[in-house]
Amino acid sequence: MLIEYLPIAILLVISTGLAALIVWIGNTFGPRRPTLRKSLPYESGMNPIGPGTRRMPVRFYLVAVLFILFDIEVVFFLPWAIVFRQLGLFGLIEMFVFIFILLVGYVYAWKKGALEWE
Amino acid sequence: MGDPITAISLWLDGLLAGWGLAPALIIVIKALLGVGALATAVLLVDIFLVWVERKVVARFQDRLGPNRLGPFGLIQPFADVIKLLIKEDITPVGADRIVYNLAPIMALATVLLLWAVIPLAPTVVGTDVNVGVLYIVGVGALGTLGIIMAGWASNNKYALIGAFRTVAQMVSYEVPMVIALLVPVLLARSMGINSIVNAQDSYWFILVAPIAFLLTLITSIAELGRAPFDLVEAESEIVAGFHIEYTGMKFGLFYAGELLHALTLSGIVASLFLGGWRGPGAESFPLLGIVYFFAKAFFLYWVIMWVKYSLPRIRIDQMLNLNWKFLTPLSLVVLVVTALLDKALVGVQPWVYVLVLLAANLVIAWVTLQILRSRARKERQRVAEPRPIARPPAAPVSSQGA
Repeated sequence: MLIEYLPIAILLVISTGLAALIVWIGNTFGPRRPTLRKSLPYESGMNPIGPGTRRMPVRFYLVAVLFILFDIEVVFFLPWAIVFRQLGLFGLIEMFVFIFILLVGYVYAWKKGALEWE
Repeated sequence: MGDPITAISLWLDGLLAGWGLAPALIIVIKALLGVGALATAVLLVDIFLVWVERKVVARFQDRLGPNRLGPFGLIQPFADVIKLLIKEDITPVGADRIVYNLAPIMALATVLLLWAVIPLAPTVVGTDVNVGVLYIVGVGALGTLGIIMAGWASNNKYALIGAFRTVAQMVSYEVPMVIALLVPVLLARSMGINSIVNAQDSYWFILVAPIAFLLTLITSIAELGRAPFDLVEAESEIVAGFHIEYTGMKFGLFYAGELLHALTLSGIVASLFLGGWRGPGAESFPLLGIVYFFAKAFFLYWVIMWVKYSLPRIRIDQMLNLNWKFLTPLSLVVLVVTALLDKALVGVQPWVYVLVLLAANLVIAWVTLQILRSRARKERQRVAEPRPIARPPAAPVSSQGA
């Protein structure tokens, strides 16, 4: 039922509003004396060299892709876990086939060295 | 007078209906009041958590902690809040202003949102959606997004490294976390948190799924980014990580969000594995359920703090190895074994069911420890082997003219 999500919607508004209010209060009541030195990004006391937003090492990208792969497969477990009593033996075997396919990809990623951090 | 919450709810129903309001409006007003009370209570607990954190860390480090303002220093967190509010609010040069200001809001708001589905007592629950576990995983991931936003928008290299590490850490630990959360879902055959608590009427799920409990606790600590998984804000490596550029109350929001996140995850683990509000007399006196719930949640919170102040930080390669090569396969094994045994044990006595699942978990734990031990032995041998010694080249080339 959609009415169950009403408190969540209200809480979303309240929590975002409260947090935004707190940020606004801090912004309003705090002193405001900006200087160039103060506004520079912190870099251990040196003047920052080059832009702060740089390109990402590809290792992090690999981990993110692995996560997407596994998380999407894991999401398929959730409905199965609820109804697997009703599904009987067929549902159990079917899910084991699914886990086996997942494991094949996992072993492949491991052997390819995708799980190593060098 | 067993249930004041329901009594208040019924009294409000009568009062509002007496004013001639439409039934739909009454539902909205009641939801507004309930959720407002919940948010206020949670934020008050959050301020109290600052005091708990400072007091407990002081005791772990053989200090006294705040003890000047009020009894046991209880007023100290309010002084902290006022101090943070009147600090200057600095936005670094070149920062993405909108994302930069949105990130701390997101860090606190997503944690508050999680409380909507946690049952505090039989009758005190924001809303019992039937996809509770999925909601927790999804909204919990939004908090990670807040940290990535903060790191990216700060225009600071340390903050950016912190954001990258967030991607690597919090995102990978979600995989074993979801698989471990599947075990209580499978045992209760429901994703609603209150249904899972209700399913634990004869035994807590920690008895039939101790490994899943430990997995959930460990991945929760990693999701929090707390020691030993605090690579995201490692002080000695990347200074403060994602919140390095934040000052005043914006930093305070990250801090409050992290503390509250720890209590929230403790509450979720307590609900899924330790019976939530269950305890003697909780059904007839629902307010007692709140006491039980917070007792369990604060116990787990204390365990998380104990881990935080006892263990050193692990390296990023160790962190990823632990996740991908240990926790993920282990969680899959636990899920498969639990599903198989649950299927095999249809219609047996509950105590047989509990004993068999507990024994299966112990066997898995023993086999896991044996594998770990043999790996550790191999690693020790590898380290003990003599290493190649660097020698000077046979014919040294002179750079100064011969």
